[in-house]
Amino acid sequence: MITLNWVLIFSAALFSIGLFGVLARRNAVAILMGIELMLNAVNVNLVGFWRFSNPAVITGQAFAVIVFAVAAAEVAVGLALVISIYRRRKTIAADDIDLMKW
Amino acid sequence: MTTELILFFSLALIAIITGLGLLISKNAIYAALYLVLNFFTIAIFYLLLGGAFIAMAQVSVYAGAIMVLFLFVIMILGAEKLGKSNTVAWQRPVAIILSIILLIEAGYVLFWRTAPVQAAQTLPDGFGGPASIGNVLLNNYLLPFEITSVLLLVAMIGAIVLTHKQKTDKEV
Repeated sequence: MITLNWVLIFSAALFSIGLFGVLARRNAVAILMGIELMLNAVNVNLVGFWRFSNPAVITGQAFAVIVFAVAAAEVAVGLALVISIYRRRKTIAADDIDLMKW
Repeated sequence: MTTELILFFSLALIAIITGLGLLISKNAIYAALYLVLNFFTIAIFYLLLGGAFIAMAQVSVYAGAIMVLFLFVIMILGAEKLGKSNTVAWQRPVAIILSIILLIEAGYVLFWRTAPVQAAQTLPDGFGGPASIGNVLLNNYLLPFEITSVLLLVAMIGAIVLTHKQKTDKEV
């Protein structure tokens, strides 16, 4: 029998993997992928809480849909930023983009 | 019930392995494909939990739209390889430590600080379909829904403005 604890642990593991990706990768696109993984873990959390607390109210799923839209918007803007940076600096390595570094 | 459990653990295992594959693959294309597999696994996981519409939206929005965008950008920029090292040298141990601390904290809170959880109730047939979600979105959460549409519009305009090539741009 699946319990809410297992679902939450699963989502915490996904979130930690995404966090590692965000913190450690050099490639800006890979950092964005880590953010996607973290947003996905949040969605797993929302759906899990919906399923195990009060499935008659579909609030969890409605919020998951909103998170989908936010993730799509975030990726569009993030990748546009990456393209813009690449056009000017010819690199997308996160530690080479140090224009504002003092 | 045991089949459910087996399914859950195998799905969780696949999702975590593909997540780790995303982390360790040197090539950004492979990382993106691992992420697609991860999203599909999570879609099946939503089906297991009874959210049919969410699962379909996961496949079409995440695995479809978002990952295609990622692959496009990776291929346009030719950014699949980053040369010598994949990660910033000193950041890797720090990141490992921080991630593991977060995981341990989450596990501790979830397993020892929560009330005993109830089992999932059985769902009626035809539950969690697009119609019921649409009802909730347009009745109870109309304002967040509209704000989301404004957000998407702003993101679209922002993406166009950012990628638009200006004639007077000087190379920095």
